[in-house]
Amino acid sequence: MRKTQAQHWSLRGAAALGALLVPSSIALAAGIGQPEPWQMDRQVAVTAEAHDLHVFENWLHWLAFGISLFVLALIVYVIFKFNEKSNPTPSRTTHNTMIEVAWTIIPVLILVAVAIPSFRTLRTQLSDPKADVLVKVIGHAWYWSYEYPTTEGDKGGFTFDANLDDEKQPKLLATDNDMVVPVGKIVKVQVTSGDVIHSWAMPSFGGKIDAIPGRLNQWWFRADREGTYHGQCSELCGARHAYMPITVRVVSEQAYAEWLTEAKTKFAAIDNGSRLADAR
Amino acid sequence: MATAAAHAGHDAHDDHKPSFFARWFLSTNHKDIGTLYLVFAFMAGTIGAFLSFGIRMEMEEPGLQYFSNPATYNVFVTGHGLIMVFFMVMPALIGGFGNWFVPLMIGAPDMAFPRMNNISFWLTVSGFACLVCSLFVEGSPGASGAGTGWTVYPPLSSSAGHPGPAVDFAIFSLHLAGAGSILGAINFITTILNMRAPGMTLHKMPLFAWAELVTAFLLLLSLPVLAGAITMLLTDRNFGTTFFDPAGGGDPVLYQHLFWFFGHPEVYVMILPAFGIVSHIIATFSRKPVFGYLAMAYAMVAIGVVGFVVWAHHMYTVGLSLQTQSYFVFATMVIAVPTGVKIFSWIATMWGGSIRFTAAMHWAVGFIFLFTVGGVTGVVLANSAVDKYLHDTYYVVAHFHYVLSLGAVFIIFAGVYYWFPKMTGHIIPEWAGKLHFWLAFVGANILFFPMHFLGLAGMPRRYADYPEAFAGWHKVATLGGHVFALGMVVFVIGIVLAFRSKTRAADNPWGEGATTLEWTLSSPPPFHQFETLPKIVDEPAH
Repeated sequence: MRKTQAQHWSLRGAAALGALLVPSSIALAAGIGQPEPWQMDRQVAVTAEAHDLHVFENWLHWLAFGISLFVLALIVYVIFKFNEKSNPTPSRTTHNTMIEVAWTIIPVLILVAVAIPSFRTLRTQLSDPKADVLVKVIGHAWYWSYEYPTTEGDKGGFTFDANLDDEKQPKLLATDNDMVVPVGKIVKVQVTSGDVIHSWAMPSFGGKIDAIPGRLNQWWFRADREGTYHGQCSELCGARHAYMPITVRVVSEQAYAEWLTEAKTKFAAIDNGSRLADAR
Repeated sequence: MATAAAHAGHDAHDDHKPSFFARWFLSTNHKDIGTLYLVFAFMAGTIGAFLSFGIRMEMEEPGLQYFSNPATYNVFVTGHGLIMVFFMVMPALIGGFGNWFVPLMIGAPDMAFPRMNNISFWLTVSGFACLVCSLFVEGSPGASGAGTGWTVYPPLSSSAGHPGPAVDFAIFSLHLAGAGSILGAINFITTILNMRAPGMTLHKMPLFAWAELVTAFLLLLSLPVLAGAITMLLTDRNFGTTFFDPAGGGDPVLYQHLFWFFGHPEVYVMILPAFGIVSHIIATFSRKPVFGYLAMAYAMVAIGVVGFVVWAHHMYTVGLSLQTQSYFVFATMVIAVPTGVKIFSWIATMWGGSIRFTAAMHWAVGFIFLFTVGGVTGVVLANSAVDKYLHDTYYVVAHFHYVLSLGAVFIIFAGVYYWFPKMTGHIIPEWAGKLHFWLAFVGANILFFPMHFLGLAGMPRRYADYPEAFAGWHKVATLGGHVFALGMVVFVIGIVLAFRSKTRAADNPWGEGATTLEWTLSSPPPFHQFETLPKIVDEPAH
C-alpha cells in the first residue's frame, strides 16, 4: 500500500472544505483497481508515474485548499470587521501600490512553483521508453478490441474483443476477456478507434488516452503490482458509453507467457499484417 | 461623482409607450429588449433546470431508473448544457443586464442600433426553438434528440453517430443564436465606443460597461469560428465533405481545435459580465469606490486576450505533443494571475468599507468564495499531467459548475436582486432574497462538492449508469439538488410578492454607495432616458 499518511491528511483538508456534508465518521477508503464506496481520493497508484502524479496532485490540492481557506478567512474577517455596525464610516482608499504589486507577484511565484513539477511529470508521462510489450487497443461502439502483434518466437499474433460481462463483479467494470500484461514491464498501448471517439482510461495507471479514428495515440505504463485493474470509456460515444469497461489483468511474467500461448489458441489467429494495416 | 442634469421630469412628458404588440414584438427600446431577454432566459433556464432534474434523478442510484434508453439521457445532458450556456446565462448577462444597464450606465439614450437589437433577440428565440425541435426528431438510431454533448464532437455528431436530423437542428440552433450574439456584440461595441456621455472617458466608464465591452469583442472574434466549425460539420453530414472524417483525409481533432477556439473564450463570455456586476454590488454596499479600478478593468482585458490562446487545455488527452501541452499548461496558468487580482480587489473594496448585507450583497460575497473554489480547481486541471487522470471525470463537472452554476448563475441572481427595484419599481422582500441565497448556497455546495470526490475516484462524466461504488456521493448530490430547487421556489415567491406589494422603490434605494448613472433616473426609468445627455464631472467613475 503506497498510500501515505500525508495523503489521508490531504483528504481531511478537502473534507473540511465540504464540511457541510461530510460526517467525520466516513472512512476514507481508496480502491485498488476499482473505486470504493464513499471514496474521496484517487484510486491507488500501481505505477511509479501514477504515484508521482499522486504526490504532485496532493501538493496541488493542499495549495487549492490553502488559497480557498485564505480567501474565506479574508471574507469572514471583512464581514465581521467592516459591516455597517462595526464600521459606520467607510474609508475612501482605492489604491495601494504595494499590495497590488504583492497580489500580482505572489500568485506568479506560486504558479512557478506549480509549473516546475508539472512540466517534470508531464515530460515523464510523454516520454517514449522502449516497450517490452506492445498492445494495440481499438475502441468500438461499444466494446474494446485488443490486438497482440506477433513477436519473436511466434508469440502473439491474435486479437480479441472485450465486452461488458454482466455476470462478473464489480458490476459495469468487468469484461468477458481481459487485457493481460506482465508485471514490471513497460507496456505500450497504441490506441485508435473504429468508429467514434472513445477514451481508454485506467485510473490505477494515472491517466487516459483518446481513441480517435484515423489517429494512433500512444501511452505506456509499468505496473509494479499484480492484480486486476478497471477503467471505463471516458469520451462520450453514444448510447452505451457507460457499458464498455476496460479491464487489465497484471500477472507474473510466467503467467503472462502461459496466457499468451493459451490466448493464441483461444482467439483465432489473425493475418497479422493486413489486420494491423486495416485498423490503422 | 457623475452627475446627471435634472432632466427626469423633462423626459416624463415624452413617455408614451407603444401598444402591447408593437412594444414587445417589434421593440427597439433597449430596456424592453433587456426585459424580453431576462424573461426569455428565465423560461429557457426553467427548461434547462428540468433537464438537469432528469439527470439528477437518474444519477441518484446506479442502474437505469428513468431512462430506458441511455441515449435519451445523453440528450438531456446535451440539452441542459446548450440551453444553460446559450439560452440562459448569455441572454441573462449580456442581452438582459447588458441591454438594460450599459446605455444607462454610460449615459446613452439607447443602443446604437435599436432595430438590430430587436433582431438579435428574436434570432436567439429562433435558435432556442430549433434546439427544442431537435429534442423531438431522431438523432442517434432509435432515439430522438442530439446526444452529442454540448461540444458536438464528430464523428459522434456526424452521420455515423447521429444519422437523424436532430444534430442538424442543433447546428441551426447554434447558428441562429450565434448570429444573434454577433449582432448584439457589434451593437455593444458601437454603443460603448461612440455613445458615452460627454466627459465619460473609457477610463471613467463603469466596470460593468468595461466587462460587456470585453465580452462583446470575445463574442465577435470567437463565434465566427464556431459558425465555421459547425458549418463544416453540416456539410460533412449532408453534402459528402470529409473535413472531420479520416476516411476522406479529414481529422476529428480539427473540429476540437475549432470548437475550443470558440469554447474557451465562451467561458469568459459567461463570467466577465458577472465580474462587472459583482464589482458594482460590492462597491455599492461597502459604500466605497471599487479598489484598483484600472487594474480591475485591464484584468478583464487581460483575461479576454489570454483566453484566446489557451483552448487546447480542453484537449490534453487527444495526443498533443509535449511542446504543445507544455505551452497550454503555461498559458492557462497565466490566467490565474488577473483572476487573482480581481478576487483580491473585491475583498480590498470591502476592506475598510461600511458593509450593508442586503440580499444582493449576500450573493456577491458568496460568489467571491465559490468562484475562488472553482478557480483553484481550474489551476489543478490546467496541469496536463494531472488532467490526464481527471479529464472527462466528475471532477471537471464539479469545476465548471463551481465557476458557472455557483459563479455566473449566482451573479445573475445578485443582479436581479440589485437591479430589480430599478427595472420594475417594485421591491423583492429582502428575506426572500436572503433565504433564496442560503438555500442555493447550501444546496449547490451539497450538489457539486461531492462531485470532486467522484471525479477523483474515477467516475467518468456523461454516464447514465455507474458502478455501485459511486452511489453514495451521487445520492448526496441529488439531495443538494433538491435544496437548490427549493431556493428557486423562494425566488419565484419573492418576485410574486414584489409585484403584489404596494411599496415602490425610490430612485436610488441603495444609498450613497450606488454611484452609477442608472440610480440618477426614476425607478423604473422613463421609457426614453437621457434626452439631455448627462455631463460627467471630473472624478473617476466606478
